[in-house]
Amino acid sequence: MSQVDERTAPPAAPPTRRRANWAVALPRNAWRQLTSMRTALVLLFLLAVAAIPGSVLPQRSVNVDQVNAYYDRHPKLAPVLERLGGFEVFASPWFSAIYLLLFTSLVGCILPRLRDHLRALRSAPPDAPRRLDRLPQHAVLPGHDGDLSAIAAELRRQRWRVVAREGTVSAEKGHFKETGNLLFHLSLIGVLVGVGLGSWYGWHGNRLLVAGSDHAFCNTLQQYDEYGLGPRLHPTDLPPFCLELTDFEAKFLDSGQPDSYRATVNVDEAGGAPRRESFSVNSPLRLDGANVYLLGHGYAPVIRYTDRYGRSQTSVVPFPESDATMTSQGVAMFPDANVDPKTGERDPSLQMGFQGLYLPTTPTDTFEARSLHPAERNPGLLLVAYRGDLGLGTGIPSSVYVLNQRQIDDGKLEEVGRSKVLRKGDTWTLGDDTKVEFLGTRPFAVLSVRHDPGEMIVLVSAGVLLTGLMMSLAGRRRRVWFRVTPAGDSTTASSRLVEAGGLPRTDYPGFADEFAALVAAVTGGEPAAERSANGRGQRDRPEPREGTD
Amino acid sequence: MAELSNLLLVVAILAYLLAMVCHAAEYAFGSRSVVARAATRPARELVAVGAGAPMKADLPPAPPGPPAPPARSGAIAGRAAVIVTALAGLAHLGSVVTRGVAAQRFTWGNMYEFALTITLVATAAWLVLVTRRPELRHLGLFVALAMVLMLGTAGMVFYTEVGPLMPALKSSWFIVHVAGAAFSSGIFLLGFVPAMMYLIRSGYDRGKRSFPYTLGRRVPAAAALERLTFRLHAFAFPIWTFAVAAGAIWAEAAWGRYWGWDPKETWAFISWVVYAGYLHARATPSVKRSTATWIAILGFLTMLMNLIGVNLFFSGLHSYAGV
Repeated sequence: MSQVDERTAPPAAPPTRRRANWAVALPRNAWRQLTSMRTALVLLFLLAVAAIPGSVLPQRSVNVDQVNAYYDRHPKLAPVLERLGGFEVFASPWFSAIYLLLFTSLVGCILPRLRDHLRALRSAPPDAPRRLDRLPQHAVLPGHDGDLSAIAAELRRQRWRVVAREGTVSAEKGHFKETGNLLFHLSLIGVLVGVGLGSWYGWHGNRLLVAGSDHAFCNTLQQYDEYGLGPRLHPTDLPPFCLELTDFEAKFLDSGQPDSYRATVNVDEAGGAPRRESFSVNSPLRLDGANVYLLGHGYAPVIRYTDRYGRSQTSVVPFPESDATMTSQGVAMFPDANVDPKTGERDPSLQMGFQGLYLPTTPTDTFEARSLHPAERNPGLLLVAYRGDLGLGTGIPSSVYVLNQRQIDDGKLEEVGRSKVLRKGDTWTLGDDTKVEFLGTRPFAVLSVRHDPGEMIVLVSAGVLLTGLMMSLAGRRRRVWFRVTPAGDSTTASSRLVEAGGLPRTDYPGFADEFAALVAAVTGGEPAAERSANGRGQRDRPEPREGTD
Repeated sequence: MAELSNLLLVVAILAYLLAMVCHAAEYAFGSRSVVARAATRPARELVAVGAGAPMKADLPPAPPGPPAPPARSGAIAGRAAVIVTALAGLAHLGSVVTRGVAAQRFTWGNMYEFALTITLVATAAWLVLVTRRPELRHLGLFVALAMVLMLGTAGMVFYTEVGPLMPALKSSWFIVHVAGAAFSSGIFLLGFVPAMMYLIRSGYDRGKRSFPYTLGRRVPAAAALERLTFRLHAFAFPIWTFAVAAGAIWAEAAWGRYWGWDPKETWAFISWVVYAGYLHARATPSVKRSTATWIAILGFLTMLMNLIGVNLFFSGLHSYAGV
């Protein structure tokens, strides 16, 4: 890449054709404009600039909650940004337009270069210029016997592409620079194809999985808390398997910093016996057609409520953590509580809900509703009981981690008591003689299940990209020529002039060195008697200025 | 061990400061002839060094005339500056190693350690460069300045107590990804110095005499600086590409997707695109070299934004251990 030849427009139309039809000229000029390096550079910059809002604004594909929070904070601005694609920058029409134009420009530039390069690979190194002494590198080989075939053999040994003509040897080396350059650009197209395939045929789902066989889940879209399905995929295309979390091990240091997480699951894949697998943060569970990643964990308190008719119900609800020491918050809801067993009649004003705060390590000396350590060293549960209509039947989707605030504000759901710190096995009797028991906790794991069929293409393309990049940055194309000129009217018939010339085709400061070594090699190790480095073309810059003071 | 590491960091910062003073002394007391020679000589020697040692024989003979009297104080200060920089680098290395021993792992688990590591890479690369091309010594003032600023910021703002790694960082890709990122960031940081100097020097050559351009009188020739800028960037860019790719492979194992437009990933992408733009602009004859160099400067600003800004302003998956 260090020397990309200026993308030149094709030669102008022959002068006989006076003026091209505008219908032809317009698209042709537009195409030339698009495939010019200047346009490519501008597009590259646009791409970089266009990516910035994607990091400044919350992105729906990265974190939905942050987008919703942004809506709450800026209720007027958010819808405007939404319309501009601000929350989905990388899927927005303008971002896509930039990279598609860039890739069109890239293809338009690469294809002619690919053709030229293939032609150059097939063609022989060109004939020697008439005056080798005007090349950037030039040497006269005085002691040489003029045996060009020996020179050609030496060049071939050094892996030059050699062609011997009448009285001259032409050699060329370093085509792999352009090969690497083309590979690099072509692999970018490969990356784009892989990304496209992944978004069309890939899918993912997130699921919070509580331990226990009663909470096992199977791979269908309905079972996910949140999912995304590629547009070319049908829900029935998901591979069938079921997972049950049997154990979750979280290790913490005394400082509270997490040390390791490990989830153990029972896997039941179609066409195989159920088996036990365990996986952790950096080593996902790889199944046939899907990978399961461990993203998080937490505690799910087990709460039993015994209603005024003496009937008990148990709820195992995950409490998401709210800080690094796993202080966790959630709700346990009993919509079927206090249904009269005789009449079967539901009294919506007698539903029960508990807002809970779970502290894995409860402070003993001071009361502060904050856990001291993420491990369950001294677990305690604080509950606030609510009685009334939970508002679950309204059809409005609501969070399962908080009680419906509108019902509380409307007075339909009333606070009826606050518990002390409940230990494992403690029972709290409410005012109406109903009972709440804290039976313990179960671990839960936050899982992400994903499949991306384009991954392999992207990986291979990235490998090719890196190889091509290194080739194009390290490679140097250069040519050398050797010529034997019979001394025409010289006094001694045997005297002849053997000279060499070298031309670096790319920016290559070490060429003089290599040329000298090459000349030394063909003369049998003796340094050349006369050499000149003309300095022209050797470096693509004017001679450095003298310092002025 | 942790205290020793902190102590060594202070020593390193002080030593970089001392190196700065020595370099400044060379600027101030180096006689005019030395300055003039420094301004002309590097260009020729660069050709020679760039072309390899054997070329030396072909150099035109030294310009006739009485050899300039060696401006002893200036040259001694300059040489001392390099030695002090090397000592500072040793203390710096000691600080990184002792911290690694204290934590029993590689030292790039948080932003403080990462800043320590990339500046160490930059110092090491600078020392290699300055031994191979002594005529670039004048740039040392700015290298030392950059080190003092970066290490000072790291020590005062980003300091984090020694601790083991988060579970998410326990992966062999951690070493590969972060080592690649640290190494290439260090080289980009080093490449930024000649890029700035080139802009100053070429502005000086065009006749600008206002403040930053006045420094241009005493730095190597513009073309040599520009060349060095390009070579450092051309060296760092594939490593940066590799670091990003390794990060993507790790992200696939840890988070389930190789690319998710996390703020850090977004800015890594932006830096990659900007540096790719620099390499293309540098290779295009119709784009002015100063324009291309400005792109490289912009690239480094995006790197800084990624290293510091993203950790401070945005929350994302790359937030570990405080900052």
